[in-house]
Amino acid sequence: MAVIADLLVQGGQMLVVLALAPLLTGIVRKMKARLLRRQGPPLLQPYRDLLRLIRKEAVVAENASWLFRVAPYLIFAATWVAAALVPTFATGLLFSWSADLIAIVALLGSARFFLALAGMDVGTSFGGIGASREVMIASLAEPAMIMVVFTLALIAGSTQLSTVAGYMMSADVGLRVSLGLALIALIMVAIAENARIPVDNPATHLELTMVHEAMVLEYSGRHLAVIEAAAFLKLLLYVSLIASVFAPWGVAQAGAGLTAYAIGIGAYVVKLAIAGILLAIFETAVAKMRVFRVPEFLGAALMLALLATLLMFMTRSL
Amino acid sequence: MASALSLLCVAALLAISAGAIVLARSKRATPLVYGAACAASSVALVSALAQVMFPPAESPAIILPLGLPWLGAHFRIDALSALFLVIVNLGGAAASLYGIGYGRHESARARVLPFFPAFLAGMNLVVMADDAFSFLLSWEFMSLVSWALVMAHHREPENTRAGYIYLIIASFGTLCLLLAFGLLAGPAGGYGFDEIRTAAPTSALVPVILALVLLGAGSKAGLVPLHVWLPLAHPAAPSHVSALMSGVMTKVAIYGFIRIVFDLLGPPEWWWSMVLLFFGSISALIGILSALMQQDLKRLLAYSTIENIGIIFIGLGLALGFGANAMEWAAALALTAALFHVFNHALFKSLLFLGAGAILNATGLRDLDKMGGLIHRMPVTAFAFLAGAVAISALPPLNGFVSEWLTFQAVLVSPELTQWGLKVMVPTAGAMMALSAALVAACFVKVFGIAFLGRARSTVVAEAKEVDRFSLAAMLGFVVLCVLAGLLPGFVIDAIAPAAEFLVGARLPVQAHVPWLSIVPVAEARSSYNGLLVFAFITASASLAIVLIHRFATRSIRRAPPWDCGFPDPSPMTQYTGGSVAQPIRRVFGSLLFLAREQVEMPPPGDTGAARFRVDMRDLIWEIGYAPIAGIVGFAADRLNRMQFLTIRRYLTLVFLALVGLLLVLVIWL
Repeated sequence: MAVIADLLVQGGQMLVVLALAPLLTGIVRKMKARLLRRQGPPLLQPYRDLLRLIRKEAVVAENASWLFRVAPYLIFAATWVAAALVPTFATGLLFSWSADLIAIVALLGSARFFLALAGMDVGTSFGGIGASREVMIASLAEPAMIMVVFTLALIAGSTQLSTVAGYMMSADVGLRVSLGLALIALIMVAIAENARIPVDNPATHLELTMVHEAMVLEYSGRHLAVIEAAAFLKLLLYVSLIASVFAPWGVAQAGAGLTAYAIGIGAYVVKLAIAGILLAIFETAVAKMRVFRVPEFLGAALMLALLATLLMFMTRSL
Repeated sequence: MASALSLLCVAALLAISAGAIVLARSKRATPLVYGAACAASSVALVSALAQVMFPPAESPAIILPLGLPWLGAHFRIDALSALFLVIVNLGGAAASLYGIGYGRHESARARVLPFFPAFLAGMNLVVMADDAFSFLLSWEFMSLVSWALVMAHHREPENTRAGYIYLIIASFGTLCLLLAFGLLAGPAGGYGFDEIRTAAPTSALVPVILALVLLGAGSKAGLVPLHVWLPLAHPAAPSHVSALMSGVMTKVAIYGFIRIVFDLLGPPEWWWSMVLLFFGSISALIGILSALMQQDLKRLLAYSTIENIGIIFIGLGLALGFGANAMEWAAALALTAALFHVFNHALFKSLLFLGAGAILNATGLRDLDKMGGLIHRMPVTAFAFLAGAVAISALPPLNGFVSEWLTFQAVLVSPELTQWGLKVMVPTAGAMMALSAALVAACFVKVFGIAFLGRARSTVVAEAKEVDRFSLAAMLGFVVLCVLAGLLPGFVIDAIAPAAEFLVGARLPVQAHVPWLSIVPVAEARSSYNGLLVFAFITASASLAIVLIHRFATRSIRRAPPWDCGFPDPSPMTQYTGGSVAQPIRRVFGSLLFLAREQVEMPPPGDTGAARFRVDMRDLIWEIGYAPIAGIVGFAADRLNRMQFLTIRRYLTLVFLALVGLLLVLVIWL
């Protein structure tokens, strides 16, 4: 019985992240438009976009290889699996032991690897520009992320995200300098990884400023839909990650009753909404950086995260 | 028994080598020699595998009446040797198989065929040697034979220079090891490994020995700053030999290091760990950044080897640090991670070099900027190379990720170390490792994207043909092993366990008993990973998405010219090149490390002449570390050159003065 319940929770989690991911993006878009005194698209617009794209014929460049057609699904699958392993409304996920935080970061790395390759497949200069900038950003964001993971793992004594989240809910965490540094670094990495302002502009099609959009320029129809869905999932993943570690309130414990799960889902949606609104405010308030300012931004994230880890090594209590 | 069989295989390889000298002129010799070498390596591989899977209680030494008359030549296969024998012979068998096809295009057959089996034999002997004399003899034999292979195409001036530098550094390395063994054996001169183990060196000598071993084994492995020969020599050899040199010979060097430092030198001290972590970290970072800057595919792969050697040394350094603090289980974790990475790197680097060889065979090119679109012309090679690229970029679910994950786990248990130096050094090394891991992914996006994707940048590439089936079989064999080691890492960890137990006195828990074939290095609450399940999840979700979309939405597809934001460019030369992909990273890291300078010369407005773009990069390690030495030697040689043209009177005077001088020294000394 217990296994079936666990399976249900895990399956439910997979569906929840997939169902809620476009909503989060919808919230951000709507909120940004409202902040600019525009009406903005409806909250459900991302769902409609996805459905429409899926039903359209895919136009593929003449010289695209099989990799171009397979990559979207690989990217989507890797991101979805990673997102499903982050606790959202309940901890104690059945398969959380199959991949820890390091593996989740690496799964996102796999998705990025194939996205960059897909960008280079057709052999256009925009694909190249996107891929080369993406790997440059990733080459600094990923180590910063690993250092954040180190800090969390050293505090909780585990790299299992369920255990980390459980530890963060317990009373003996307290306020720590390392945690604060790690939170700042994590937010900076999340902004860069999700191609948000000030690192990249998700809404732009201005050639020289785009990174993520340049890579997916050749995609259309269902392939584009799947890649967009992966991008939504990735944003949701980072929000869930920050929420489960730094704001673990309301998350249902393993084996809790149905009410706990209901509360968990409610709390999770509220957290998503808050995160979406905060992200929109932040994006509206800052300007996009030049590409070669990004390394400084991410270098700062890396240094902060390294400092947090070093502090954990020096004193086990800070 | 196993040792006898392995020695027989070595004898067989040497015999093949001798036969190849006779046969090399004939065209038939190629499949014959490589086929025989493949068979001999396979037998040795099976014998070594049997010993790894079912470790015997004790491994008797075989003493042959060769070498020093009072010593003989001792050979023994213990847990560590067996592990490395598997790696050597696996690489050997696959490279021989590849050679059957690849060797057909060899222009200098007589310069490759006799040395290839001898090279395999040499590496086998190093790993089996059980006394200092046979070890050094085999080591030097391995070096010289590989030098001969590097010089196979000696008419190209680049190769001559590569061979020259390789020869100098290899001799220097052997000299260092010779001195190290001399110090280890002590005044009594017990050169058997058993005698060395019992006679601990005095503590004053330990730093000297460690430095000598680092110089000797480190130079062979390609540790920065002793790496300068590696990116010159490895690419110069024929590609299957490059695969052996990068994938296997560097591992034999690591074996030498482990054998001496973990086994013979006695209990470790914590500062050894500092030294290893330092050199490992800078090798990892400088190796991968240099790789990113290369346009020559094989040289790029050689630089990437330096990065991987760095990661292995970080693992070894951690193991020494834990060992010095009596944390045997943590030392076992770090050592297992290092040995796992040794195994992984042997697989995927051999695979990648074989892939580079396939491209070289099909197009005659090593320059990335002339390739492009090879995925259409060489689909199987492209697939194999992609698997190798994913594996080396440490992406789950392939094998490279597992060993990096284990190393990170080892870093995470190190706050329990007591020394302050290590408390700062270990997280820094961890950060350097994370940074280089991310750069590796960037590097292989560049390689695969430029070589295999996009549009062809030259006509030979546009007309390339897939390589022969022997080459493909060798590459696909490595792909299968990369996938298996990634999905079922528990079995590899269990195979490494006896060696870890022998070296640090502890082993990881038996992984084969963990449910669902996960790996749990310490405790399940702490960390676990299941490659098989991750793979199953990804496959399931991807298939689900494909089936649902194709079933319920649409599966129609239309081919059209590329969109490219409305400005499709007719010429393939407008694509990004390797240099342009690496440009952002060069700007971020290169201006400091390589003093990279970019110059753009634009024609004045109205002039339709071409604009020029130039990048200057400098190799600071060569300029600071090696160029002055080369300068001094050259200067001294020029001065001494005058002595060659003296009259007989002056020579006689010189001889007389030298005699008087020597006698004076003797008088003063006594």
